Amino acid sequence: MADHFAAVLNPPSDGSAERLARIRAGLKSRHAREWRFRAYGIAATAAAIAFVVILFAMIFAKGLPAFWQAKMDLDVFFDPAIVKVEPKPVQQEGQSAADYRKAVLDWERAVTLVNWNRVIEAAVRAKAPGFQIDTRQVLTVVETNERFVLRDMFVENPGLLGQTVPVRMLASANVDNWLKGTIDRSLPDAQQQLRDQARGLADQLYADGTIGMRFAWNIFVNVDSRSAPAAAGLAGAFVGSLYMMLVVILLSVPIGVMAAIYLEEFASKGRITDFIEVNINNLAAVPSIVFGVFGAAVFINWFHLPLSAPIVGGLVLTLMTLPTIIIATRASLRAVPPSLRAAALGLGASRTQMVFHHVLPVTFPGIMTATIIGVAHAIGETAPLLLIGMNAFVASVPATPFDQSAALPVQIYLWQGNENRNFFEARTSAAIIVLLALMLSLNAMAIYLRRRLERRM
Amino acid sequence: MNSLITAAVLLALLGLAYQLGWSKSRRLETAGAKLHSRPSYHGYLTVVWALAPALVILLFWLLFSDRITQSYILSLLPPDVAALTGADLFSAIRRVRDIASGFGVAGETQPWENAAGQSLREFNALTFAIVTAAAAGAGALAMLWARSRIAPRFRARNEFEGVVRVLLIACSGVAILTTAGIIASLLAESIRFFSFISPIDFFFGTSWSPGFSTTGNEAHGEYGMIPLVWGTLMIAAIAMLVSLPIGLMTAVYLSQYAAPRLRDTVKPVIEILAGIPTIVYGFFALVTVGPFFSNVGALIGLDIRATSAFTAGVVMGIMIIPFISSLSDDILRQVPRAMRDGSLGLGATKSETIRQVILPAALPGIVGAFLLAVSRAIGETMIVVLAAGNSPYLRFNPFEPVSTVTVTIVKQLTGDTDFASPQSLVAFALGLTLFVMTLILNVVALQIVRRYREQYE
Repeated sequence: MADHFAAVLNPPSDGSAERLARIRAGLKSRHAREWRFRAYGIAATAAAIAFVVILFAMIFAKGLPAFWQAKMDLDVFFDPAIVKVEPKPVQQEGQSAADYRKAVLDWERAVTLVNWNRVIEAAVRAKAPGFQIDTRQVLTVVETNERFVLRDMFVENPGLLGQTVPVRMLASANVDNWLKGTIDRSLPDAQQQLRDQARGLADQLYADGTIGMRFAWNIFVNVDSRSAPAAAGLAGAFVGSLYMMLVVILLSVPIGVMAAIYLEEFASKGRITDFIEVNINNLAAVPSIVFGVFGAAVFINWFHLPLSAPIVGGLVLTLMTLPTIIIATRASLRAVPPSLRAAALGLGASRTQMVFHHVLPVTFPGIMTATIIGVAHAIGETAPLLLIGMNAFVASVPATPFDQSAALPVQIYLWQGNENRNFFEARTSAAIIVLLALMLSLNAMAIYLRRRLERRM
Repeated sequence: MNSLITAAVLLALLGLAYQLGWSKSRRLETAGAKLHSRPSYHGYLTVVWALAPALVILLFWLLFSDRITQSYILSLLPPDVAALTGADLFSAIRRVRDIASGFGVAGETQPWENAAGQSLREFNALTFAIVTAAAAGAGALAMLWARSRIAPRFRARNEFEGVVRVLLIACSGVAILTTAGIIASLLAESIRFFSFISPIDFFFGTSWSPGFSTTGNEAHGEYGMIPLVWGTLMIAAIAMLVSLPIGLMTAVYLSQYAAPRLRDTVKPVIEILAGIPTIVYGFFALVTVGPFFSNVGALIGLDIRATSAFTAGVVMGIMIIPFISSLSDDILRQVPRAMRDGSLGLGATKSETIRQVILPAALPGIVGAFLLAVSRAIGETMIVVLAAGNSPYLRFNPFEPVSTVTVTIVKQLTGDTDFASPQSLVAFALGLTLFVMTLILNVVALQIVRRYREQYE
C-alpha cells in the first residue's frame, strides 16, 4: 500500500502507462485479500451466532423434556387396618397454646409413624393385579416422598379414613429415566438403576396408561429435595431470588440515583469527584467473587447476619449493582438537553428544584431500563452467593428475607452436582430455562420501556 | 404489633409536622406577609426536624435493646440457673421469653419461671412505652422548635435543600465506602492469614495442599499460590485467544461491512451471550463442550480431559466475545470518518483501510478493551468451578485439569463459618490478590480508553 501512495505522490518519469499496469497487476491479489478479510468477518460473526444457537439448542433439548414427568394415577385406600391412629386432638378449655401444640405434634408424629408405604404398595398392586414383584421393588417405582404427601392429606383431613381417593403420584426418578430412555435399556442388570421386576412393572403401567408423562407442576410449587429427586422443585429458590431482587431494587435504585444526581448535577469537578468517579468505574469491573468475599467478611463475620439469608445476598448484589445504576443514570442525566436546565434556572428555579422537578422526570424511563438490566444481571450471579452460605441445602420457602433460603442460580449449581446424574441433567436444564425466562422477560421489559422512551422524546 | 405501633407513631409525627409547618406559613402568607419559601418547603423542613431525633432514638434502641433485655433476664434468673452456661442457659432464657410472650412452654413451669416471665412482660411493655414516648416526645419538641422558626424571612427552602444535598453526598459516599470496605476487610483477614503462613511462602510457593481445617490442628499444609495463578493465567490466555479474533472481527464486520438491517438484528443476538449467567456457561462446558473435546481428542489420538484448562478457556472465550465486540465496536466508531474516507479516496480497498488505517488508529482503545476483558477472565468463577477440573498442580499441558484463584476461594470458603483457621483465611489473601490484579488491569485499561477517547473528541 505504501508504495502505491508513493507512486501517486511521485509520478514516475517514464509515463503513466507502466504505473497503471502495476496497479492492475496488483489488483487481483488485493481483491482476493479483500474477499478473504470479508470472509473472516462473516465467519467470526457466524461463529458468534452459532454459539448462541448451540447454547440455547442444548439447554432446550435437555431441559424441555424435564417439564413432563412420569406420574401415576392411583386409587389410594386409607385402610383402617394400616392407618391406626387416635382422632385428632381438639384444644381443650384452659389448655395453653404450647400444650395444645404439643398434643397436635404428638398426634402428627403418630400419623407419620403409620406405615404409609403399605398403603402405597396396595394402591400400586391394585393397578397391576397378579404381577409378581417384591414389596421393596414396588416401592422403588413410587417417589419416596409420596408417603409424606399421603400423611399430609390425612393430617389435613382425618375424615379420609376408610375411603378410597384418586391420587396422582410422582413416579420415582429412576422410573422417569427408564421410561424416557435417559438410561441405556440394554445395560446389564447390575448397572441398571431399577431392578428387573420394577422395570417390568413400570413398562406395564406405562403401557396401560396408569403412568403417563404429565406436566411437572411440582418443579414450580415444590421445594428442593434430596431424598426424593423426582419431587425436587424450584419454589424456595424462586422466592429467595425474588426477595433478593426486592432488596436490590429497594436499596440500589434510591442510593444509585441519588449518587448519580450528586456527581452529575451538584459536584464541582475536582479531585474528589474524579476520585469517586474512578472508584465507581473500578467497582463496576471488580470480579463478583470479590464482593462475595467482602460479604462473607463483613456481613457474616463482623455483623453476624444470618448465613444463606436473602437479605445478605441482596446486600452483596446491591453493592455489585450500584455502579451499573450510577453509570447508567449519569448517562441519561447527561442526555437531557441543556436547554431544559437553562429554562428552569432562567425562570428562577433553584438547582435542586431544577434537578428534581424538571431533569429527573425526563430520565425516569432511562433509570428504569438501567435498573431492570442491572437487576436481571444480579439475579443470575452465583459466585458471591456461594460464599455467604447460600449453597446450603434448604428445603423450605423462606417466609421473610431473613430466613434461610436457596436462590435460582445456586439451585442450578447444586443440582448439576447431584449424583443422580441422568435425571438431574434434565432438571438442571429446566431450572436454567426458568432462570433464563425470568431474565429474558426482564430484559424484554427494559427494551419495551426504552422504545417507549425513544418515541416520546 | 409493636413495630406497627412504632410505624404509626412515626407516620402520625410525619403528617402532623407537615401540617403544622405548612399551615403556619400559609397563615402568614394569607395575612399578607411575603414568604421567602413556599409553604410546602416549611412543611418538609418541619418533617425533617421532627423525624430526625425520633429516628435516632429508635435506631439506638434497635441496636441495644437485645443486650438490655438479655441482661435484664439474667438478673431475673435464680443464682443456680444463672450459673448455667451455653445451651442450658440459652434454653432457660428462651423459656422465660416464651412465657412472657404468652405463647407458653410445653410441660410444667416452675414458679420462678412464671414470675420471671411476668416481670419480663412488664419490663418489655414498660421499655417499649418509654422508648416510643421518648421518640414521640423528642420528635414533638423538635417539631415545635422548627415551627417556632417559621417566619416570612426564614429560608426554609435553602435549609431543606441543604439536607437533600447532604443525603446526596452520603449516597455517593457509598461507592467509596464499598471500595474502602473491600480493601479493609480483605487486608484485615489477610493479615490474620499471614500470621500463620509467611507471605513469601504464599506468593512464591509452588505447591498447594492446604489440608483440612480442624480446630487445634497445628499442621497447616502448604499454601503456594503459583499453581493457582498459573492456572488462572493459562485459562485467561486461552479465553483471549478464542474471544479476541472472533470478537474483534465481528465488530469490524458489523461496523464496516454489514448492512444496517443485518447489523440491527445480529448485534442483539450476540449480546444475548453477555446476558447469560455464568453458571449456565459452566453447565454448558461441563455437559456439552467438555465431553465434545474429549471425544474429538480421542478421535485424533490426543488425550484431552473433559474438565480441563482448555474446556474452561474456550467456554470463557465464548462468554467474553460480546464484551470484546461491543467495546471494539464503540472504539471503531470513534475513529474519525475523515481518516476512513481519506484512505478510501486514495484507492485503498475496504480491508486495506481497516487494516492499515482504522485498526492502527483504534489500537490503544482496543488494547484497553483487551485488558478489561483479561480482568474479567481472571475474575470469572463459575465456569472454572465447574469445568476446569480443580486440580491445583503446576501443569503446562492445557488439556489437563487445573485450578484457579477463584475456584480456590470458593472451595476454601464455602460451608465454613469459622474464620479462624488458615484454611479459610487463605481465601481472603487470595481475594486480595485477585482484587489487586484486576484493579491494576482496570485502572490501566480505563486510563488508556479514556485517553483514546479524548484524542478524538
